[in-house]
Amino acid sequence: MQESTANQVAGNATSSFTEHLQRDRPDLLPYNRPLPSGTAQPQPIQVPHATTIVAMSYAGGVLMAGDRRATMGNVIASRHIEKVFPADRYSVLGIAGTAGIAIDLTRLFQVELEHYEKIEGTLLSLDGKANRLGAMIRGNLPMALQGLAVVPLFAGFDTTAGVGRLFSYDVTGGRYEEREHHTVGSGSVFARGALKKLWRPQLTETEAVSIAVESLYDAADDDSATGGPDPVRQLWPVVFTVNRDGARRIPEPELAAVAGNIIEARTAERREA
Amino acid sequence: MTQQFYVSPEQLMKDRADFARKGIARGRSVVVISCRDGIALVAENPSPSLHKVGEIYDKIAFAAVGKYNEFESLRQAGVRYADVRGYSYDREDVTARGLASVYAQSLGAVFTAEQKPFEVELAVAEVGPTPEQDHLYRLTFDGSIADEHGFIVMGGQAERVSAVIAGGWRASLRFADAVRLAISGLSGGTDQENAGATLPAKAVEVAVLDRHSETVRGFRRAFRRLNDADITALLAEED
Repeated sequence: MQESTANQVAGNATSSFTEHLQRDRPDLLPYNRPLPSGTAQPQPIQVPHATTIVAMSYAGGVLMAGDRRATMGNVIASRHIEKVFPADRYSVLGIAGTAGIAIDLTRLFQVELEHYEKIEGTLLSLDGKANRLGAMIRGNLPMALQGLAVVPLFAGFDTTAGVGRLFSYDVTGGRYEEREHHTVGSGSVFARGALKKLWRPQLTETEAVSIAVESLYDAADDDSATGGPDPVRQLWPVVFTVNRDGARRIPEPELAAVAGNIIEARTAERREA
Repeated sequence: MTQQFYVSPEQLMKDRADFARKGIARGRSVVVISCRDGIALVAENPSPSLHKVGEIYDKIAFAAVGKYNEFESLRQAGVRYADVRGYSYDREDVTARGLASVYAQSLGAVFTAEQKPFEVELAVAEVGPTPEQDHLYRLTFDGSIADEHGFIVMGGQAERVSAVIAGGWRASLRFADAVRLAISGLSGGTDQENAGATLPAKAVEVAVLDRHSETVRGFRRAFRRLNDADITALLAEED
């Protein structure tokens, strides 16, 4: 009797918010929806999709940037959407795929990290955070098979090792550590091509910001679902850097200047691409 | 078969209350002070890892005295309650009042229904934009809830410590003064001879809720735990 009580207490002890929800409020989870019976729909339903995210390492940290467009088929669903979020003090995540689920997953992930920190009194390790995110993406696999996939990119500063690290995922929750740089989303092919030529080791933070904006510009040039810098509406990509001091969002005026320089340089060259 | 003796409900409740009071009186005290910079939570606690003061949510903190296992389970339940609420509604919708009422209900249920009441006393503090908008709730073992103004003292020598704090408390205190006042109150010792001795930084646990955490530190989360070096530096600060 005594032992079973102890086992029960130990079994109920969890520092994970997701586990708590799964047990007590499964209806609040973004995934775990009962799927309509029968075969997969011939055509995935039309919902906003978030697009290109780029991430790269630089001297002393990692950077992540995302454009501001969400598309629904051939329609631009949003010009203002933000797809890169701080996960906690030392990590950021960017999302590509079904926007509605991705934004909820991000919120869940943010609460998950904060919840662990409050219950345990210490931060989760960077690998621990990356694994938790992988588990959440795997939880969404049934929806992904219905065409509602979410693919994140995760970057953070490993306070123990003292380096910035970068993780990519696939829809099954597979987690892969990336070196140098990585991109996800519809414009990722073009952004990666640009990064291959622009990125080099030991970039400064300022150079890294400029390269991120330029690679997104290239992605927007060739991918209709990726938005470029918009001087008319004063819209710039969302850029976060993470280093020893934590995550920082690059302020808009700085990005406006960087984007301005790139547009100016390309106008001066008068070239097609 | 043992004979069940009749015990009047009054006697039953009184016995339970006495039992809980005795348990709480054995512990060391905790002081929660609302002041100009925010809310300071100070506990006499020699352990650096078994906390009596904790973060619940953006603007809400928790302090407790009594049995560790009992208030720790309440703290975790509070964090879960706040996180679920903030996740399903919005971060703004998590309030100290809601949390305090959940605590009051669970303490009340345990007091009447369980084998033994919880030997704990809790404080739930919420920092507002101005000191007038701060909320301090005191929750006792039987589920009673009280809305306090200015400061809360709980634990073993609550009356004596409370007298010291009441003598020095003003709404215009800075953190340094508030923590100094709390430590001087906690330091008194049980007898008058030790009244002059001050607790060293490593014998107290200090945490604060910053009133303007967004503008000053860039964080929505106002809770900040001070380590021994921070406490020494804060106490050395001039007025």
